[in-house]
Amino acid sequence: MTVAHIIKSFTLWEFIKAHWLTLKYFFKPKATINYPYEKSPISPRFRGEHVLRRYANGEERCIACKLCEAVCPAQAITIESEPRDDGSRRTTRYDIDMTKCIFCGFCQEACPVDAVVEGPNFEYATETREELLYDKAKLLANGDKWERAIAANLEADAPYR
Amino acid sequence: MPKLKVDGVEIEVPAGATVLQACELAGKEIPRFCYHERLSIAGNCRMCLVEVKPGPPKPQASCALPAAEGQDIRTDSEMVKKAREGVMEFLLINHPLDCPICDQGGECDLQDQSVAYGRGGSRYHEEKRAVTQKTMGPLIKTIMTRCIHCTRCVRFSEEVAGVDEIGALYRGEGMQITTYLEQAAKHELSANVIDLCPVGALTSRPYAFEARPWELKKTLGIDVSDAVGANIRIDSRGREVMRVLPRVNDDVNEEWLADRGRYLVDGLTRRRLDKPWLRVDGKLQAAGWAEALAAIGTINPGSSVAVIAGDLVDAETMFAAKSLARALGSSMLEGRQTGLAYDTSNLAAVAFNTTLAGIEDADAILIYGSHVRDEAPLLNPRIRKAVRKGAKAYIIGPAWEPTYAATHLGDDAGVIDGLPEAVASVFANAARPAIIIGGGALAKGGLSSGLAFAERFNLVREGWNGFNVLHFAAARMAGLMLGYAQKGGIGDIVAAAPKLVISLGADEVDWTRFAGSMIVHIGHHGDKAAHAADVILPGAAFTEKDGTYVNTEGRVQYGEKAVFAPGDAREDWTILRAMADALGVAVGFDSFAELRAAMIAEVPAFGVEGLADYGALPAAAAEAGASGVIGYPVKDRYLTNAISRASPTLQRCSAELIHGDIQAEAAE
Repeated sequence: MTVAHIIKSFTLWEFIKAHWLTLKYFFKPKATINYPYEKSPISPRFRGEHVLRRYANGEERCIACKLCEAVCPAQAITIESEPRDDGSRRTTRYDIDMTKCIFCGFCQEACPVDAVVEGPNFEYATETREELLYDKAKLLANGDKWERAIAANLEADAPYR
Repeated sequence: MPKLKVDGVEIEVPAGATVLQACELAGKEIPRFCYHERLSIAGNCRMCLVEVKPGPPKPQASCALPAAEGQDIRTDSEMVKKAREGVMEFLLINHPLDCPICDQGGECDLQDQSVAYGRGGSRYHEEKRAVTQKTMGPLIKTIMTRCIHCTRCVRFSEEVAGVDEIGALYRGEGMQITTYLEQAAKHELSANVIDLCPVGALTSRPYAFEARPWELKKTLGIDVSDAVGANIRIDSRGREVMRVLPRVNDDVNEEWLADRGRYLVDGLTRRRLDKPWLRVDGKLQAAGWAEALAAIGTINPGSSVAVIAGDLVDAETMFAAKSLARALGSSMLEGRQTGLAYDTSNLAAVAFNTTLAGIEDADAILIYGSHVRDEAPLLNPRIRKAVRKGAKAYIIGPAWEPTYAATHLGDDAGVIDGLPEAVASVFANAARPAIIIGGGALAKGGLSSGLAFAERFNLVREGWNGFNVLHFAAARMAGLMLGYAQKGGIGDIVAAAPKLVISLGADEVDWTRFAGSMIVHIGHHGDKAAHAADVILPGAAFTEKDGTYVNTEGRVQYGEKAVFAPGDAREDWTILRAMADALGVAVGFDSFAELRAAMIAEVPAFGVEGLADYGALPAAAAEAGASGVIGYPVKDRYLTNAISRASPTLQRCSAELIHGDIQAEAAE
């Protein structure tokens, strides 16, 4: 046992050093945020809850090509289609089973008209499983709700596509 | 037999082959749009370009170039690759890139070949061509902007169907494919152009936007809309049959399918019997299976049982019903619902002996009491091929419009016994004469006259049998093989007044004649028989059960189950098995395999896929006496059975194409 060691022991040096560290962080800016009142930034490519988008004139974008259904590795998407009264090709059913979805983003990659997009929303926890079986009305409502954020994200990401 | 080299490999090809065929024989894939094996060569898409030496120093269209001795063909050279890329780029100049909304997407030749042989991108930035919409009737949907002018549809109409309905207007880039004066394509094979179209210009209207090819489960089936027994592929998704496409079978349907067989599928989901019904106090009431079978158990018919088979049932169902009747001690079986009573003691005398493919080789054909276009749409192109090869065709029966040159001899069935001298000499001098006897003639005693005709002109000779009976019902030949024929036809059963009549989907019978009987109907559609029935037991349609079918040639074919029957409906044989328990008799089978084995044990021909051997023709009866004006059995080409009568598409076809109602077209 050296002299230095004895002095450190009697002056509680380790103790002081630890407290100094604590004190240092006490006065530093905080790394944690006050969720849900504060949120960390997310990438424009963030793959969250799905939406179905509309054109500016209110026409739904989805044309029932079924590429998203085909590419979906979890087989979470179910589509049925028929000619609408004006003869255009539209879905009569567009279901996403959010409990099956693995958020790979293939559906939005496959979509030729940017209709199905995984938006920035990740806060859609539900109390029942049934609420996670999304239908077309729910997805279109999501689209209306998140359109501005999604449009901004798509624009931000456009140069890299 | 020219010898030539394809990509350095020497092969020998049949004389008369084209360079494209030579390349295929050598195992090389040649992309093509306009070339089709069963149509004439047009050479207008230029996709099949290959390099051929000796010859001009440029690529040549292989489909139109005869293979010759000593040619050196390259399909893998730089020149060929560039040529294909160039042609593909030209084709895509005016083809819209609307694959996501195109129904051909996923099964499109242009899509596949542009991936395989095209350049990655386009250099074309100018305006694209647009073409006005064309009307082609209730079956064919047109988006003519997508047309690449391969003219397959035009050639099909002219050459196979034999009606000049589709043609091209203008030339060059302005060329437009259209029907004559924009009328609907009316002939009975019109929808085959949908299969032929290599792009999405002609697509199926009833199937529009319904499904993608990759979603569909494909099941091999047999068409039941007529007695030709066309081979079909049943495409289903989930529990619903989405569409029916023809399969290639050169012996039966080549690769065509009649419109009514193709479009009856939407009848499979409508007017279905999906639960048992019981007649209580003169009114039908829904019931459970136990109730319905208990009601049957109280009938106590003894041996006073008759079975009447419909036109659509498979051999297994008929055999199961036969076993049930036999267990009860009855042999009253009949399948000829409309009252035909021809002699069935020799099945060779009621079969299409020449075979469907063989009729192409005939050089004199007498069509006796058959409206071939209505009764067997797929046989008509075969006769047309024979006529194009030089055969003479004659028709006895009310005049109809054949698609080939045919001489009309008279409306009366008796005409055959006193043929004009000129006609008789044609048949006497023919090397391969043939007669086709239809239901119209059979109803007027035409079978004996036909046999006399066969004897007089020696229709059966070395390597040739020209005696043919053309049936209309898909179940007919199997029924006859199982003994579904009384000597006096259905009249015998009416006379016997059985206590219990079992209807196997017998919707064409005049049920008022069975007013005193208990009628148990096993069927899949709420059609005529269901209205007359006392007990309705819901059965399975042809897409919903495995089954054996025998076509008019006697060709045994197997169809497979594509989907499950709706609601409480069951497969027909299980219903008959349950009825046996309810009636307290044993039928000797507990599973479908046992049923089929028992059937094959009784009639071994059912066990072998292919033509059944019915032996030699019988000698003609001493007195041949056909008389009376022939009436054809098919009144409406599209609405011929319970399924098609329930189909909105075929109802619309009937209304628009036969009765001439013009329905308001939905705004496109």
